[in-house]
Amino acid sequence: SVMATPRADDWSWFPALALGVSFLKCILINAYHSTDFEVHRNWLAITHSLPVSKWYHENTSEWTLDYPPLFAWFEYSLSHVAQHFDKEMLVVQNLIYTSPATILFQRLSVIVTDIVFIYAVKECCRSVREEKGSKDLLGHPFFILAALLLWNFGLLIVDHIHFQYNGFLFGILLLSVARHLQGRHLEGALLFTVLLNLKHIYLYIAPAYGIFLLRSYCFTKDNTDGSVRWSSFSPVRLVALGSIVISVGALSFGPFIAMPAVLSIWCRPRGARGFLRCLVVCALGSFMFGWHVHEKAILMAILPFSILAVESREDAGIFLMLTTTGHYSLFPLLFTAAELPIKVLLMLLFTLYSFTSLKKLFRGSLLNPLETTYLLGLVAVEILCEVVYPLSPWQHTLPFVPLLVTSVYCSLGVSYSFIRLYVSLLRQHGTDKHKQL
Amino acid sequence: MENWSLVSICVLFGLTARWAVSLNSYSGAGKPPMFGDYEAQRHWQEVTYNLPVHEWYFNTTDNNLNYWGLDYPPLTAYHSLLCAHLINPDWVELHASRGHESYGHKLFMRATVLVADLLIYIPAVVLYSFYLSEGSNKKKVFLCILLYPGLILIDYGHFQYNSISLGLALWGVVVLGLGWDVLGSLAFVLSLNYKQMELYHSLPFFCYLLGKCFKQGLAGRGLFLLVKIAVTVLVTFALCWLPFLSDPGQILQVVHRLFPVGRGLFEDKVANTWCSLNVLIKIKTILSTDTQLYFSLTTTLLAILPSSIKLLMKPTLWQFKLALVNSSLAFFLFSFQVHEKSILLPALPVCLLLNDLPLPAIWFLQASTFSMLPLFLKDGLLVPYVVTSLAFLFFSIYLLSAFEHCSEDKLRLGPYRRLLICIVRRYGYLSNCINKDHFYFSITAMAGLSFMSVALAPPDQLPDLFPLLVSVFSYLHFLGLLLYFNIVQIAEPLQSVRKNQKKSN
Repeated sequence: SVMATPRADDWSWFPALALGVSFLKCILINAYHSTDFEVHRNWLAITHSLPVSKWYHENTSEWTLDYPPLFAWFEYSLSHVAQHFDKEMLVVQNLIYTSPATILFQRLSVIVTDIVFIYAVKECCRSVREEKGSKDLLGHPFFILAALLLWNFGLLIVDHIHFQYNGFLFGILLLSVARHLQGRHLEGALLFTVLLNLKHIYLYIAPAYGIFLLRSYCFTKDNTDGSVRWSSFSPVRLVALGSIVISVGALSFGPFIAMPAVLSIWCRPRGARGFLRCLVVCALGSFMFGWHVHEKAILMAILPFSILAVESREDAGIFLMLTTTGHYSLFPLLFTAAELPIKVLLMLLFTLYSFTSLKKLFRGSLLNPLETTYLLGLVAVEILCEVVYPLSPWQHTLPFVPLLVTSVYCSLGVSYSFIRLYVSLLRQHGTDKHKQL
Repeated sequence: MENWSLVSICVLFGLTARWAVSLNSYSGAGKPPMFGDYEAQRHWQEVTYNLPVHEWYFNTTDNNLNYWGLDYPPLTAYHSLLCAHLINPDWVELHASRGHESYGHKLFMRATVLVADLLIYIPAVVLYSFYLSEGSNKKKVFLCILLYPGLILIDYGHFQYNSISLGLALWGVVVLGLGWDVLGSLAFVLSLNYKQMELYHSLPFFCYLLGKCFKQGLAGRGLFLLVKIAVTVLVTFALCWLPFLSDPGQILQVVHRLFPVGRGLFEDKVANTWCSLNVLIKIKTILSTDTQLYFSLTTTLLAILPSSIKLLMKPTLWQFKLALVNSSLAFFLFSFQVHEKSILLPALPVCLLLNDLPLPAIWFLQASTFSMLPLFLKDGLLVPYVVTSLAFLFFSIYLLSAFEHCSEDKLRLGPYRRLLICIVRRYGYLSNCINKDHFYFSITAMAGLSFMSVALAPPDQLPDLFPLLVSVFSYLHFLGLLLYFNIVQIAEPLQSVRKNQKKSN
């Protein structure tokens, strides 16, 4: 039996989804947290207790401030609320200070700042193309997208257990993407600049932004075949853009492998969705080939890709591959025994939902047998690494083997998804050329 | 989406919430010398693992009954024995393992609760929601029952195994609802042999089955059914108590441990009549223990009589569910030596009413969680209490559209509606007590009292002020809802010819 079909403007399910996941985040307040917790507590202390000139010099703790200045100001404003919870956490010398009030404050700050993410998801859902024909609520693309984003497994365990502020940052990224999908390019550019000044890792996707904005915003008209009409160049727009994103072109040092993808949005932009596809490819490319990449960076590819996944069958197939493998690669982040059931249960929850909802949406199987076998192999890897190997005699002599196996196995899936995504992007570029002839 | 995937998603979500609560503290954590219920369960594993059966319930040199002596029926003991066999023997070493607390041990204990829940309680809830509840709300009802905070906080926080006894009782209800009377009575007897508090539910089971026998005619099939049930009950009892049957002294001692009548009318603060009455009149000191016992017995019997008789006359599933509520709630309010955790016994059948009477059920369930607040505060479970209560309130009101179902017609007061209107009009109150505004006011008051219990220190002359306020406030809710549920049960006409034929069973 189904939920009553709501009217098109009835969005009451959205707060329910958002509030539900927020409750889940609240109940994880007392779970394990990593050293990142101390990192942020230290930054709260530095920004609150020291003058601005000393922020980037302070090194009492090993976790020195290594995010751009806007994030430092963000921590500074948080510290003003923190002093009402526990003043001791703002003392720089109180290394590894974890009073209950400190834990409560820091966890709540992540949960509350996620409101940016929730708002961004709502904007993305509004931009999703809707198929005609009444469906029950659970089958609508925008519902599925909202669920896939709000309840994303990676974001839940990285932000609300491991401890980071990715929800807030990805909210700004997704809002920027949503603005571009809605045609509000200046706002999108502004948001991206803000994002770059909060966390510099987003430089990896700067080429996508730079070229897209230059091509689609500064050149106001295309020729009939879609190629550049040089006469339509608008200096006014360029100045407007330049004054907002002066750092984009100059500072990008994205991997060269992204160049063909980036080139394609110059030659045939295919609108904001082409830009989004290129953004995902850049993010994934930088994950594959970048310098000092954290495993959490996979989220930079997975989250924006969710928007494409609910609109196209092929993308949904690649999405399932990438997401399942990418999320599983985050498992080593939570290595405590108490959190094992949580990560397994949440992984099952998200994977089950993404598979069944996308299968229903696109009516039919999205993966070929080989891909399905590979994904089932993840279960075997998990059992091997968490159950079998610790009981074997090699656990003490070669303790890193489970991590090695996990990384290598997941890299196959991620590389495969990258290649397929790249091919699909170039193929779109190719079909346009073909149409011309 | 298909049913099975939505159900699996709900179960996974419910399990995640449960395990997340279990990451918190437990009863008596780090509090020597007695610790708490967690240590009691560990101690029972120690006793059953190391000592022979005939010593389990006796005071011997090896088994000091003053230190968490076994006071549950044999099935609990067997379950403890099973758990003890599965783990590191150091954790149950006789005497030496007292007060043992470690990361691994906590994980193991929490895991046993989860496994028991997954094997017994959750399947029963699935079967109930999908085969016995009516309307199009099956999945929503399922999720709401899974999210009931009281059971989660007690089993996974404080630490107990209520999901086993309540789960078996629920199996009994479900199986009886599907028409298999013998198996249903078997399930209930097992439940009774796990925790003796299930006696609160026993009268409705008895009246329902007896009523069914009467309906089938005592001169034929009814008598046969009665005999079958009686034999099942006796045989199951015998099997459960098998090791103790050899010696009548054993049986007496176990019974003595299960029903400690020497312990007084009530202990600590509990939201029932005697504790609340004690605020005005010190009945504990005025009356002798025997008088207290008779008083309590009489009031309890009077309170359960109308409901039981009605069930005997009309043994349908709907009447059965209501009788379970009324009987267990009456026992809670008027009986002897009631603990605040016993509110879970009426809470289970109220969960079964979520689909039919959403607003009163949600109100009761929230009040029941609130009534245990002092216990949660002692255990360090404030954050899970707040989060699970808010989540339950939000989800149940939203998913079940509770506020759309509080018109007088939907509240099923029947012919008593007019009577109530006449009475309350004379006193000038609103004719409908169960409505949105009163509900909001009540929830706000609960939130306010919770906040005060945490943030404020009580005055020196009244150190128990906040627990007392909490229990009296809860008591008033329970009393009012007992009256309401009784009216609903009695108001239903005896003949099943109704306009919508929904409840004919």
